[in-house]
Amino acid sequence: MKFDKDSLKIDAPRVTDELCREILHQVRGVLKKSGAVVGISGGIDSSVSAALCARALGPERVLGIMMPEKESAGESKTLAESLSKKFGFEAILENISGGLEGTGCYRRRDEAIRTVFPEYTPAEYKCKIVIPQNILEKDTFNFFNLTIDNEKGEVKSKRMPLQAYLQIVASSNLKQRLRMTTLYYHAEKRNWAVVGTGNKDEHEQGFFVKYGDGGADLKPIAHLFKIQVYQLAEYLGVPQEIIKRTPTTDTYSADVTQEEFFFGLDFYRMDMLWYAMEKNVPPEEAAAALDLTPEQVKKAYYNIDRKIKATEYLRMAPLEIKPAD
Amino acid sequence: MAAIEQGSIRTKVRGFITDTFLIGNDKIKLGDSDSFMQLGIVDSTGVLELASFIESEFGLTILDNEMVPENLDSIENIAKYVSKKVG
Repeated sequence: MKFDKDSLKIDAPRVTDELCREILHQVRGVLKKSGAVVGISGGIDSSVSAALCARALGPERVLGIMMPEKESAGESKTLAESLSKKFGFEAILENISGGLEGTGCYRRRDEAIRTVFPEYTPAEYKCKIVIPQNILEKDTFNFFNLTIDNEKGEVKSKRMPLQAYLQIVASSNLKQRLRMTTLYYHAEKRNWAVVGTGNKDEHEQGFFVKYGDGGADLKPIAHLFKIQVYQLAEYLGVPQEIIKRTPTTDTYSADVTQEEFFFGLDFYRMDMLWYAMEKNVPPEEAAAALDLTPEQVKKAYYNIDRKIKATEYLRMAPLEIKPAD
Repeated sequence: MAAIEQGSIRTKVRGFITDTFLIGNDKIKLGDSDSFMQLGIVDSTGVLELASFIESEFGLTILDNEMVPENLDSIENIAKYVSKKVG
């Protein structure tokens, strides 16, 4: 096959038609539900998912739910509102801060952060966790650093000890799990389906919370690369302020992009390299098309492959034991 | 800290890897120079578990720039890294 810079270009009108037919079939025909509930964050993936559902099912059969909490970016709500106005579906707001307080999300997370930075208080510092490396430049392990910063511009960063890391992740994941619970409340109240909004990058490399944002009845864009989601967004007419926004995790109080939190590479190169790897494109050929060296391509192939394998557990359904005959 | 024999480091690391990552997995026969990453034994959480074990067991601090396969991706590599670090 020929691999070049346009290899991931899609025929957006055709793909949109196919996706809409499939969404309609899955929601009405397979799941026997009459509408769809979508969590909308003001990000590109949830915007495209909601727009597709509105087109497939009719906007009157789609409910968008904004679920900010006290650490969410303020602009997320405005962006989600402009999306619902554009595509004509109802959008409601569910602030989940109280629920998160109830589960101890913030308290448990802050307690773990203080084992790494005793001076940390949420009033003075913001926090985030990041993968510190560029996967093209160094053959290294994927591990996470904890970073805190304050308004004075002080930034402190440390590799996390195991227990702190696990507690921070476990408590932060309560955010995604409470959002999933909220979506199912509204879906069950209407006998509608919950739509997952993860793309291929998130789904296959494990950038989601099991039974959190990974918990859904259908995942219509889970097979699409992020750069293909952008192409659909342009075609569908998603507001430009959403398309131009840098993808974030909306999980930590400090601003953190998905690239620095998890992927370690910009989406264009990540997706192109991944596609090349899937299609067994020789590293030399991929390198020439992407202005990289074959060594960088090999490192990226290796890193992507490792992430997919290491996160297999997240995509597994609960394991069952088959009784012996 | 006194120098530790590489043989002793290998024994301790093998015990940790077996107890932590290989219980219930009879398919993998781990050689001293086998790559943990290639065998799919250690993920991003596993790396932190392994680093925590090495730091506490051998009384050293692994710097971020030392978190590389050359130092940590096999029993042999860990033995060399630890003995150099504490020797």
